[in-house]
Parts: sequence; structure tokens; C-alpha cells
Amino acid sequence: MSGILILAEHRRGTLRDATLEAIGAAGTLKAVLGGPVTVLVIAADPAPLAKAVSVGAVDEVITVARPDAATYEPHVYEAVLRSVIAQRLPALVLMSHSVDSFSLAPAVAIGEGLGFATDVFGVAVEDGEVVATRAGYNEKVFVEIDFPGRTGVLLTLRGGAFAPETAPASPAVSALEAGDGKARSKHLDWRDPPASGGIDIPGSPFILSIGRGVGDEANVAQFLELADGLGATLGCSRPIADNGWLPKARQVGQSGQLAAKCNLYIAMGISGSVQHQWGMKHVETIVAINKDPEASIFTIARYGIVGDMLEIAEELRKQKGIQ
Amino acid sequence: MKILVPVKRVASLDDEFELNDDGRDVDPDFCEFDLNEFDEYALEAAVQIKEAAPEGTVEVVVLTIGPDDADDVLRKALAKGADRAIRVDDAGLEEADRVAIARVIAQVAENEEPGLVLCGAQSADQGHAQTGMSVAALLGWARTAVVSKLDFTPGAATAQVERELEGGLVERIEVETPAVLTIQLGINTPRYASLRSIKQANAKPIECLTPQDIGLAAAEIGGAGALSRVRRVFVPERGRGEIIAGTPSQQAARLLEIISEVNG
Repeated sequence: MSGILILAEHRRGTLRDATLEAIGAAGTLKAVLGGPVTVLVIAADPAPLAKAVSVGAVDEVITVARPDAATYEPHVYEAVLRSVIAQRLPALVLMSHSVDSFSLAPAVAIGEGLGFATDVFGVAVEDGEVVATRAGYNEKVFVEIDFPGRTGVLLTLRGGAFAPETAPASPAVSALEAGDGKARSKHLDWRDPPASGGIDIPGSPFILSIGRGVGDEANVAQFLELADGLGATLGCSRPIADNGWLPKARQVGQSGQLAAKCNLYIAMGISGSVQHQWGMKHVETIVAINKDPEASIFTIARYGIVGDMLEIAEELRKQKGIQ
Repeated sequence: MKILVPVKRVASLDDEFELNDDGRDVDPDFCEFDLNEFDEYALEAAVQIKEAAPEGTVEVVVLTIGPDDADDVLRKALAKGADRAIRVDDAGLEEADRVAIARVIAQVAENEEPGLVLCGAQSADQGHAQTGMSVAALLGWARTAVVSKLDFTPGAATAQVERELEGGLVERIEVETPAVLTIQLGINTPRYASLRSIKQANAKPIECLTPQDIGLAAAEIGGAGALSRVRRVFVPERGRGEIIAGTPSQQAARLLEIISEVNG
């Protein structure tokens, strides 16, 4: 057992950023874990993706071309990934903690008898053994997990927790025929989210987000003005988008956008579900404003204001001279 | 046909809480418990399939793993339309992780032979997103995670589902049945239980079984069937944020200072 195997995640022909983050994580772990860093690309046409993952500490790219991998299919991926793990016996397998991984990672871990943890944001190697850190109880505690008796470990990594690696590299690229798994689900079509209309949550360094606490649709417009006046992008939590009060493109969270480049996140009237936190809890400075002092958002906020978001907004407008 | 809905009793922490003596979990005395919100949507999806089918042809069975305190969530599920409830408990399950829990659920599924297993996409307290898909892997069934729309007619060889991906993208797929699906929030509107149905639920029996009763060997349960172990739980630094006190005017002024400090 040696080395790190990373599964490349891609959608509609484009590599997902999470894969570059996994490569970044592998770059720092390689020194303590030893062995090569290998990226596995399973796709109908893996060549362009093989190029995209040729970065950082990657020593080898394995490509598996399968026509039935034109879209993601968990049973096909499982067969290929398990076959590559059985051949290479990596000490560590890394995937992103994504919707695709949800349906893949458990089957691979169980099938190959690997130690297994998900939504991991810290990985250490102690005396040659992998120790993973994740959160528990809606982010109120951190949990260190080890894997006694397991020689290989599979981890899914939380988005945004590891710095992506983008420096070009020249790994060996080898094509494999692997896995005889049969698809058991069939892609029918995609439904795109409505156009973003120029709203850029992932690229914004400063986001002011509103949640259920806004109370009424009629109150939403003033927060657009407030965000504008403060130089922020207006975001929202799922119920606001579900109600149609703001477009889906503004929704922060697992089923919305990741506040990937955000340094300052002001959460107004957002209680902080796990799904919402997924999109923003990595942000260095989080300010939470909520009437409920026990709202879980306060557990991840650097600053908290227990109060009415409408009152605070009014004061901000007054003091900033926003009409 | 049966639909099996495994449900979890999730914990939320009080403002102040303490860890167990071994430092590997939170002392349950400081927790409040409720039915996992994601599981409520899974249950509602199952009950809606039952209600759309000819009467008496679909049975919704709920299952949980844990001590008798967990009966509360089963009663809640019965009140919301489940027909039958099973609880599996044993001291040997204590060191179980999600995979070890899934071994129990999968064994119950083997025994009950449901046409679908509907699980919540994840738990609201721990968010591993492992249990449901581990059940599918152990059963060798088809699977789809994070289902935001489900069309299934009992007896059909496939189900049409939508899975909700990151960024609001939706993929429509057809999946073989029997299948394990994990259900996303917002797929439906979970019903409130009426007083009458709560009373009826309280009168219904809960089948209490041990892993041995369902046919699991000791070597498969608890820590022996797990792929991970909690080594240590600790309270992170960042959980202790600074509360900005004062009048709304003072609070807003401090917030503007923070904005200018961070944004330069």
C-alpha cells in the first residue's frame, strides 16, 4: 500500500475545481505518506481531462475510456475505480465531497475494505496512519477519525478546504481498460439552473446574504440596494430562492453556489442549515445577524449580532448614506 | 410492495454542552433529539407513493437503530403515515459508524424485500451522507443520491428521478428498481401529523429486534463492521465568536468597521 489515488471529477466535459483541490491536498501529504500521486480519469473521452489534471505533484494520470461514462454513472465508476484500487493498492484515495461522490464513495470503501470518512477538511499522517478531521453536531464540534486495521483509506474532501493546485506538471499518462461494471441508471437530460444574469457568487470577495428572517418578499429589494451600497454581492439561503424572491443564482449552499472567493460573509436572518454552511463556512470572516441567539450560524461566525436584521439594515443604510 | 424508510434520531446541542468522559462524543444529556429533517422528506415521498397506489398494495415500513428513546422518532413517522415500525438495538452496536449501521439496515431490507429504500440524503447533525448509499452497496442494488424529484409506480422496473447537483444543475435519470434513493429537502412538503394520527401511532406496536434476530453475525455489527473510528471530539476555536453588543446603531457602526477592516 503506497501512494495517493485521486478520482478526477468532471461534469459535461469540464474538470471540477474540487479535483484540483484534492491534488493540492495530495501535494502536501505526499512527503509524509510517500509513493506516487496518481489521478484516475474515467470518461468517454479522457484526453482533454488528462491534460487538465496534469498539475502540481501528480506523477501519473491513468485514463479509462468508456462510452458509458459520457455522463456520470455510479455503478460504472464503481467498477472502474475498484479495479484500479485493487491493482495499485493506494494508501489513500481522495475524492471530492460532492453529490456524485455520495453515490460512489461508500460502495468503493465497502467493496475494497478501505477506511472511510466523508466531508473531511483536515488530513494528517501520524506514524504512517491517516487521521482525518471533520465536523459534527452541525459544525459545533470537530471530530478526529482514525481507521484501525485499515491499510488503505478513502476520504471525500470538503469543497474549499484545500488550496487548489494549478502549476503545470508533466506526469506519465497511461490508458487502462478497467472495470466490467454495467450502468444501472440512464441519463435522460440536464436541466440547467436559470441564467445567472451576471450574478457572481463564486467570484465575489464580499457577500451579504439574507434568509428567512427577511420575512416578506417586499423587504427583499432594500437588501439589493444595501448590498450595492456596501460593495457586496447579495446572496440568499435556500428558502428565499425556493420562494422565488431572489433568483437561484444568488443561492449560497450545497444546491446553490459555493462562496469560493469570499473573504467576508454577512449572514442576515439565516439560521445556518448544514446545506447553507456547506457553501460558506470556510469563509474567514463570517458575521451572523439573527434574532435567535441559538441559531447554528453563530457557531461558525467570527462576529455575531443578536438582533433584527431589518433594524440593523436600516442603521447600516443610515450610517452609510444609502437611499 | 413495501417501501423501507430508515430514519435517524438526530441530536442538536444545547448552547453549553460537555463531552463524554472518553472525549469521543458529546454527553447526550446536553442534546435535544428529533427526527432527521431529511428523513421526513423521504418518509413523505414513500407515503405519497402509497397514497397514489390502490389501497392496501403498498406498505411503508420505518426502521431505526438505537435504544428505546428512539421510539419517539418511529412514533412520529407512524403518525405521518408509516404503517409499521422496526427498531434494532443491541449493546454491540455502540461503536458502529455509518457503514456498520447500514449493515443492519441492509439486513432488514433483505428480510423485508422492499421495492424501494428511501433514505434522507444526509443527517442534519453529522452530515456524513454515507448511510443510504452504503445500504445500496451492501444490497448490490441500483442507487441514486440527492433525489429532488421521484416518479415511481409500484411494480415498475424503473423509476424516473431527478438528482440535484451542485450549483442548481439538475440531471434527469432513469434508475433500475429495486433501488436505494436518498432524498433531498424540498422534494415535497412533509405533512403535519394530526392529533388523531398521533394517538393512533402511540397505540401501534414497534417491533424491537436485535442484530441476531435479523440474522447478523456479531462480527458484522458495531465496531467490527465499521470502516472508521472516532478518536477524539473537540470544540474548535472558531466556535467562539465575538458577540457585538450595544444598540442597533452601535452594532451597525461596529459592523461597518469590520467591513472596512476586512475589505481594506
